[in-house]
Amino acid sequence: MLIKGKAHKFGDGISTDHIAPGRLFHLRSNLPELAKHVLEDADPEFPNKVQEGDFVVGGKNFGQGSSREHAPTIIKLAGVGAVMAKSFARIFFRNSINVGLPVLICDTDKINPGDELEVDLTGGVVRDLTNGETLTFSPLPDVMIKILNDGGLAAHIQKYGDFNLD
Amino acid sequence: MGKTLAEKLIGEHAGKDVSAGEITLASVSVALTQDGTGPLAVKQLQKLGLEKVANPDKTVLFLDHSAPASRKELANDHMTLRKFAEKTGAQLSDVGNGVCHTVVNEDYVSPGDLLIGADSHTCTGGALCAFSTGMGSTDVAIGMALGKTWLRVPETIRVNVTGKFPPGVYPKDLILHLIGMIGADGATYKALEFGGPAIDKLEMEGRFTLSNMAVEAGAKAGLIASDNITREYLKRMGRGGEWREIKPDPDAVYERVIDIDVSQLVPTVAYPHTVDNTRTIDEAVKDHVKIDQCYLGTCTNSRVSDWAIVARMVKGRKIAPGMRFIACPGSRKVQEDLVKLGYLQTLIEFGAMIIPPGCGPCVGVHGGILGDGERVVASQNRNFQGRMGNPEGFIYLASPATVAATAIKGELADPREFASTLRSLGTVPMPHAPKKKAAKKKKAKKTARKKAKKTVKKAAKKKTAKKKAVKKTAKKKTAKKKKAAKKR
Repeated sequence: MLIKGKAHKFGDGISTDHIAPGRLFHLRSNLPELAKHVLEDADPEFPNKVQEGDFVVGGKNFGQGSSREHAPTIIKLAGVGAVMAKSFARIFFRNSINVGLPVLICDTDKINPGDELEVDLTGGVVRDLTNGETLTFSPLPDVMIKILNDGGLAAHIQKYGDFNLD
Repeated sequence: MGKTLAEKLIGEHAGKDVSAGEITLASVSVALTQDGTGPLAVKQLQKLGLEKVANPDKTVLFLDHSAPASRKELANDHMTLRKFAEKTGAQLSDVGNGVCHTVVNEDYVSPGDLLIGADSHTCTGGALCAFSTGMGSTDVAIGMALGKTWLRVPETIRVNVTGKFPPGVYPKDLILHLIGMIGADGATYKALEFGGPAIDKLEMEGRFTLSNMAVEAGAKAGLIASDNITREYLKRMGRGGEWREIKPDPDAVYERVIDIDVSQLVPTVAYPHTVDNTRTIDEAVKDHVKIDQCYLGTCTNSRVSDWAIVARMVKGRKIAPGMRFIACPGSRKVQEDLVKLGYLQTLIEFGAMIIPPGCGPCVGVHGGILGDGERVVASQNRNFQGRMGNPEGFIYLASPATVAATAIKGELADPREFASTLRSLGTVPMPHAPKKKAAKKKKAKKTARKKAKKTVKKAAKKKTAKKKAVKKTAKKKTAKKKKAAKKR
């Protein structure tokens, strides 16, 4: 599966408070409204400039902090095709798979803000069409591939009526 | 091959022998959600037509993040959760009852349990030797409905803690020091296992602080063996029968072992905007950081012993001019104890305002939002930009003692300046003690023994043993111990 879009770069340690801040707690049951504020505390312009299929490109420990699943959900709702980072916080990573948002671990230092990227999800490759770099990303564990392919955890359970991870 | 606590606990719930790196299904003993994550969990179950819970007595819905509700949207979310509890028989911990991680460990979690919670600080339960970990709403929703979840068995970093906490230095300083050392992602995907002589002696309240902040190093769990201190705590909570001993195997395989001697530690502060941005209080004092607001509360540090430390320090004093001090008991139980012990009165007289048990200020929902450019020192666990409701605010993390010292001085201050009012750990009165005569006697004996030991130590220092003060037997024992320690 190929996704094409523009890179929006962020630094190290982007927290779930940057993505879906507590001051907007009351919008958690109104996700389309909350999505209008996605990542605005890290980049106030981001919600306006993000286009369908674009990529969020972070540094180390992306998604650290709270367990709020609303964080990856609103990144997905904003149209983001995948999040790539040098490393992810554990709960954010698991939540992303559960909501069907691809998360890729790769050396994001080689990507510049605004670069056009092409991601081959099955091939495990990110091609930077602007600077010609090709990056590989670590494959997901089989369990996560299965959940992601089913369309997230809820869809997986709907399909099988139970966990079916073997 | 020996097992770590993580391997033992997950193995029990997987019904088979497991080792680090393995992925397995595991049965869930306790599941929790709160008002920020629960509504989405309920929505997922409704969508799936799975509006049920596998274990209603051990599924707990907490209304604590906006308690009492700060906006109509959140009041409506509360209604969703109340209805779900009514429909499924799940337990409801309504507004005013307290912070989920404080209450769930007072009332529900036992050693050997597997606790999943839709809140990252669910790892607090590791202090009771339960495999406790935070997940998102959907994971917890499925766990609630089916009574199971999938887990990757984590590798373990063992943290061996030795020495005695110096006055003014607390478990909060230890965990901030550790996170500063290994980084906010230093234990990502792994379990932290705290042990060693200093942990063996540490009261449960301090253990909760350590486990609570495991996630701030990225860890999946922060585990501590279940011992007599665990048993005493469960007894105080009226659940003594739920205790069992669980220890890691002596030949367990750890990915890494970190040794920390707490006698070398000093009060530690995390500067904005990351938890691993730590400084010693000596550096912080030199920086003359003017503080606008002090906050005592949260799942990290708002238990009775935390309040006891603050009450001792502020008694008879007045808050610094222009300072705001917000104080929030961790739970209704804690609040009741604070009333009985007079600590609420002490803090109010000092100039603090007391808010109802809950999470509001720490998560930036309500009850203490910062103005642009303002600085707060808080006993909480996170200082990310925007965490307390304003991305233009600055959050410093510290122990309750450092918070109190700062409230008195007006800028980041060293609690050791108040050393005369601070005694070492373990001397804090613990209410909710079993009222049986036997227990009282035991306590009295313990106190007598402690007193005796103290006296012996003093005497040994002066090398002029005062024979009258101490029983001969006690003296011999302590002297022997001291000698042995010196040899080591």
